[in-house]
Amino acid sequence: MRRITPWLLPLAILLLWQASASFGLIRPQILPAPTEVGAAAWRLTRSGELWTNVEVSAWRALLGFAIGGGIGFAFGLLNGLSRRAEVVTDTTLQMVRNIPHLALIPLVILWFGIDETAKIFLVALGVFFPIYVNTLHGVRSVDRQLLEMGRAYGMSDRALLWRIVLPGALPAIFVGLRYGLGIMWLTLIVAETISASSGIGFMAMNAREFMLVDVVVFSILVYAALGKLADTVARALERICLAWNPVYAKG
Amino acid sequence: MTVTVLDRTGSPEMRISTRGAAVRLRGVTQRFGAKTVLAGIDLDIPAGQFVAVVGRSGCGKSTLLRLIAGLDAPRSGTIEMDGATAGDAVRLMFQEPRLLPWARVGANVEVGLGRAGDRAARRRAAVEVLAQVGLADRAAEWPSVLSGGQKQRVALARALASHPRLLAFDEPLGALDALTRIEMQALIAQVWQDKGFTAIVVTHDVSEAVALADRILVLEAGVVAMDLAVDLPRPRRHGDAAAAAIEGRILDRLLRR
Ligand SMILES: Nc1ncnc2c1ncn2[C@@H]1O[C@H](COP(=O)(O)OP(=O)(O)O)[C@@H](O)[C@H]1O
Ligand SMILES: [Mg+2]
Repeated sequence: MRRITPWLLPLAILLLWQASASFGLIRPQILPAPTEVGAAAWRLTRSGELWTNVEVSAWRALLGFAIGGGIGFAFGLLNGLSRRAEVVTDTTLQMVRNIPHLALIPLVILWFGIDETAKIFLVALGVFFPIYVNTLHGVRSVDRQLLEMGRAYGMSDRALLWRIVLPGALPAIFVGLRYGLGIMWLTLIVAETISASSGIGFMAMNAREFMLVDVVVFSILVYAALGKLADTVARALERICLAWNPVYAKG
Repeated sequence: MTVTVLDRTGSPEMRISTRGAAVRLRGVTQRFGAKTVLAGIDLDIPAGQFVAVVGRSGCGKSTLLRLIAGLDAPRSGTIEMDGATAGDAVRLMFQEPRLLPWARVGANVEVGLGRAGDRAARRRAAVEVLAQVGLADRAAEWPSVLSGGQKQRVALARALASHPRLLAFDEPLGALDALTRIEMQALIAQVWQDKGFTAIVVTHDVSEAVALADRILVLEAGVVAMDLAVDLPRPRRHGDAAAAAIEGRILDRLLRR
């Protein structure tokens, strides 16, 4: 029973939506019935259009995330370990952070046109900061006493990094990872909606021109599902990697 | 937990392989800013002796121990072990267990093994040492599920795994309840007798010092103000009359009665 209860309300809303559409309370040009959205989903899946676009969007998202996240992680680690590196780079990075990355869209289009580079660049830029800030914070807050213990037991710098600094920073890095995943989808949605010739955002904008509201609604649901999927994977990874931490341990 | 007390001279191979180190301090001084914490300490600790250091809070006990363990360098003076500077042969057990929370109990003990041996050999060695502290069956657990006393025992196993010739303890039992403390004291006394390392224990509990040590040093105003031999037979029992007399003398000194 406890497993079903959280799903009762969404189900009720879905039924209400379906009923309102069937009885003509909502015009299909505004919001088509769930069954019609389902039909659109079926159509797009069979024609292969859905997978092509999902693949394009997922590729942009992951590549942008890998680049931005990788650079953010590297700077977070570097600045967390070396005061000198932090003094040189942190202020600059924090200044750039104050510019909302989506505000750069016009500039980015000028630089890269509307091709792949522009979107990957924006995603990378958006993902960079949460990963950077949280990695830095994580490395900084590693227990000094454990580091002292490691040194006293003759661990090399390499061993200290792998066995104490990184595991100690991991909970914070995961916070950055999950936050970054959210920003990744958000950035991609905006970028694909504004300018694209493929991808889920393009699928939605293209459908809008032909007044295919069911496809538009379905595209939104696909974004939601992909976001949920990414978060679920991150949570699962978190549970596996942080099994030692009673906060994350199952049960 | 079962504690068997062995004869001090038992198992000759063991005593040879991990024999204690003699420590020699000359004019050891430590200062933090304008504050002189240690003011020229001269001290000789023969190999295999069990020394307890007591003193008021903030008198420099931990500072002294960190110097002997080689974690810090003194402002001036020399610290020698068997005529050489302290190296891998010294281990310090901290006030806190300082276990890696993300490593299983066995892997935590393996930290004490350094880089020696292959995977299987290291695992076997870790379980072997864990058995010496009565935790052989906990090697696969996370430290977070252990009690405070068990964590300190794992920390002890980690220290023992490196076969120290001098083992220093900084109030290792301070956070434990009374019964666990007594158990841990017996365990420390037992491994010391088994292995024959030199032991230095800092404690604020005078009865603990009397229960464990051959010799008690009272640290005061940066110098050794009292150096007392404890010539009681082992195993020692808590509440013994002769022990109570020694305890009284030290407390009188500490409280300036
Ligand atoms: N790293 C340090 N920096 C500055 N002061 C210190 C440091 N370590 C210890 N002290 C000071 O030295 C004194 C002795 O400290 P400590 O050896 O920890 O005392 P105890 O262990 O006997 O309680 C204290 O006054 C403490 O504040
Ligand atoms: Mg202390």
